[in-house]
Amino acid sequence: MKPRKDDFEVRSKHLQKMSDKELNEYFWHLVEKVVDPLIELARTHTSPSVERSVLLRMGFNSMESTKLVDMIFQKGLLGKGAGHIVWRIAREKNLDVLTAGRELIAGKYWEDVDRIFKGVKNDAKA
Amino acid sequence: MLKPDKPIDIDEILKDLDKYRPRRRGWTWRKRLKEGTKIGDYEYYQVSEDLKNSVPLPAAHYFGNIDPQPEVVITSEIASGRFEDDIRRMRMAAWHGADHIMVIRTLGQSHYDGLIEGTPEGVGGIPITRKQLRATRKALDLIEDEVGRPINFHSYVSGVAGPEIAVLFAEEGVNGAHQDPQYNVLYRGINPIRSFVDAAVAKKIMAWANMLQIDGAHNANASAKLAWTVMPELLVQHAINCMYSLKAGMKKEYIALSTVPPVVAPMPEFRYNLPYAVALRELFDGFKFRAQMNTRYIESDLFDATRIHVLNTLISRLTSADLQSTITPDEGRNVPWHVNSIRGVETAKHTLIALDGMKEYIKIDEQKIRERVRELKMRAILMLEEIIDMGGYFEALEAGMFVDNGYYPERIGDGIARKKDGEIAAGTVVPRESDYMAPVCEHFGYNNLPEKVEKPCDLIGGCTLHNPEKIQFIDELDETDNVNLRLEKVRDMKNRNVIKPEVEWFADGWIQLDMTFALPEELAEAAAITLCERLGLEEPAVISKTVLHPSEGTYLEIKARVPFEIEIDKLELPEKPETLPEEEIFEFVKNNPIHVVAGTVGNDEHSVGLREILDIKHGGIEKYGIKYTYLGTSVPPEKMIDAAIETGAKAILASMIITHNDVHVKNMKRLHELAIEKGIRDKILLIAGGTQIVNDLAIESGMDAGFGRGTKGVHVASFIVKKLKEKDK
Repeated sequence: MKPRKDDFEVRSKHLQKMSDKELNEYFWHLVEKVVDPLIELARTHTSPSVERSVLLRMGFNSMESTKLVDMIFQKGLLGKGAGHIVWRIAREKNLDVLTAGRELIAGKYWEDVDRIFKGVKNDAKA
Repeated sequence: MLKPDKPIDIDEILKDLDKYRPRRRGWTWRKRLKEGTKIGDYEYYQVSEDLKNSVPLPAAHYFGNIDPQPEVVITSEIASGRFEDDIRRMRMAAWHGADHIMVIRTLGQSHYDGLIEGTPEGVGGIPITRKQLRATRKALDLIEDEVGRPINFHSYVSGVAGPEIAVLFAEEGVNGAHQDPQYNVLYRGINPIRSFVDAAVAKKIMAWANMLQIDGAHNANASAKLAWTVMPELLVQHAINCMYSLKAGMKKEYIALSTVPPVVAPMPEFRYNLPYAVALRELFDGFKFRAQMNTRYIESDLFDATRIHVLNTLISRLTSADLQSTITPDEGRNVPWHVNSIRGVETAKHTLIALDGMKEYIKIDEQKIRERVRELKMRAILMLEEIIDMGGYFEALEAGMFVDNGYYPERIGDGIARKKDGEIAAGTVVPRESDYMAPVCEHFGYNNLPEKVEKPCDLIGGCTLHNPEKIQFIDELDETDNVNLRLEKVRDMKNRNVIKPEVEWFADGWIQLDMTFALPEELAEAAAITLCERLGLEEPAVISKTVLHPSEGTYLEIKARVPFEIEIDKLELPEKPETLPEEEIFEFVKNNPIHVVAGTVGNDEHSVGLREILDIKHGGIEKYGIKYTYLGTSVPPEKMIDAAIETGAKAILASMIITHNDVHVKNMKRLHELAIEKGIRDKILLIAGGTQIVNDLAIESGMDAGFGRGTKGVHVASFIVKKLKEKDK
């Protein structure tokens, strides 16, 4: 930022008359205004680490979840949810999710993934 | 079960680790005792339940060995780089009163895109891995049973793998963690968008596990050139993380602010730190406060660091704190050593107990402080207004709003600027599509679950949070860098029954020496290094120096490595003073009344030790029926001998603490000579006592016996009775 002298006296004129309670409330009101767009961003986006955390919760180990997320990211399908892709393949092939994930790591079923997921592309609005 | 007289067995900890499950989740506060609770003879107002096993403060033995525990959780930071040594230090820290163990991560882990497995060695901390966490939690479970208080285990959910680390922590029973997306952005150069998106998911998982979250705002303090100038921004940073955490699903009582009194003397620190502490506690009412000792201004001087920490803790007592975190006083000179972790904990415990109930007597003048409190709040508000004007957080960040050394609204123009679309891991965040789905629980954000799903993980027959048996345990990935290899050296030394000194790792060989030379700084340093080399020590390095005067003297502290091992079998232990069975002493004194005279000799006013040997209350000789005449302090040897003759005493107990110029040796000899002169030497026992007295020296100096540190009344009574019995024969 450009250097600037302390202009607190002028800048704070509108605050000087506020009570302690009003200052506290106004402070938190502004904080919420700063934070709301950030939390909305998080609500509607995902990342490789977020998706690896999903796979970990599904029972994959760290190496498996890294490989799966790398593959899904490369294919541009991370926005579908890595866990979602594994779960769909498992259901379709009648496998448990761990086996389905390991088969995907081994290079199997990617044509099914493309068939099911490629094409539908719109951002989460709900 | 751990036994106090046995070191913790790391091999035992590592056994069957793949099957070990933590016994609880979530944070635990101390159990506060009601105001006015008596511990020993004294009333306390801010204490919690006693420990089963502990090491009390050094002066405790004057007060019946009580070890009152403050109601505030005390943190010890542990950062040795080897978890097996961390565990040993955690046990030491727990015995001294720490119940929040914060494990520092190895250098660079925040840039590691994923989880690390196994037990590789770290630098300035350890790689946080499942095996390390599980082994540590297992050890802490044993340690908490030993001390009788739950221990909170803590590390960091930051970097580019936050959500995964949060899952790992929730699964492995980690009780608290640092989490603050601003920390990643400002100090780790991680892409701002990635950092915030990851943080929400991580926080939601932490919330499920009831982990206590600590934010990262205190780092602005440590990074700013003049820490007081960032005070308005600190309020803003705390608030952003608090609000973000609430919105991610955390409860207020699990959100803690990491706060440090920003400045130190020679600034008039309390006039700055106190209004700041009050403003913070007013604005953040209902959140938890983790008061940390200041590290920003710690130099290599341990005493200076300790002074700062004591005064920091005074702020905690004058305002409030839920956790008092300790920083080792040696942080400014090396990776913390065992002893300094303990010193940090003792500084906090001592200060908190010393100031117990102080708010009953001392109150902050709310009126006097009000103007400065309001000013701080207004400056923070103005900063928030400008952030919004600029377009929001990311835009303000890009412009360099944060960690500017100007006192807001003043700007110097030296803030840390980070690009919204730049930095590490930029371009890795993608929008969730409308059919985005994650079949697991506690997942933050949009999730297009199929209809009629009660629990998301029902889709996959349970997630690891609800079915921990699904967690996969990876043991080791690196055959050349793991705990098994490191432990071979330890096992070998234990088999050969040899030892070396240590500061950080088992028998690492480091020692510290301190010395003063009548030389100016540079020459003194060279002289100290030469001295270490002549002593045969390796890798000597100056770790701290104090100029006593530019030419008269320099005080130095040196560390160096010892190249040899000590064979434990060949160590000779000094003989322990024999004690007679108590009944035998009682019986003898009943039939043979004993009178002694006692006092501190020469110019010595230290009477506390002697009183302990005499008084019945401390288990002194009085207890056995021995009568004494207490002559007081600074008693001339002549007076002692005269009093002994007058009262027909069978022994003189001469206490001497002061040893300057061997004055204690001179006094012992003088007593012996006077007793000969007066013709009573064969009729009287001359007994010396004091912290520097050893039996051999006392006998050499003409005494019948000498008693040093740790002596109890029973030792002295036994000696007197034994000698008198010999005479009777």
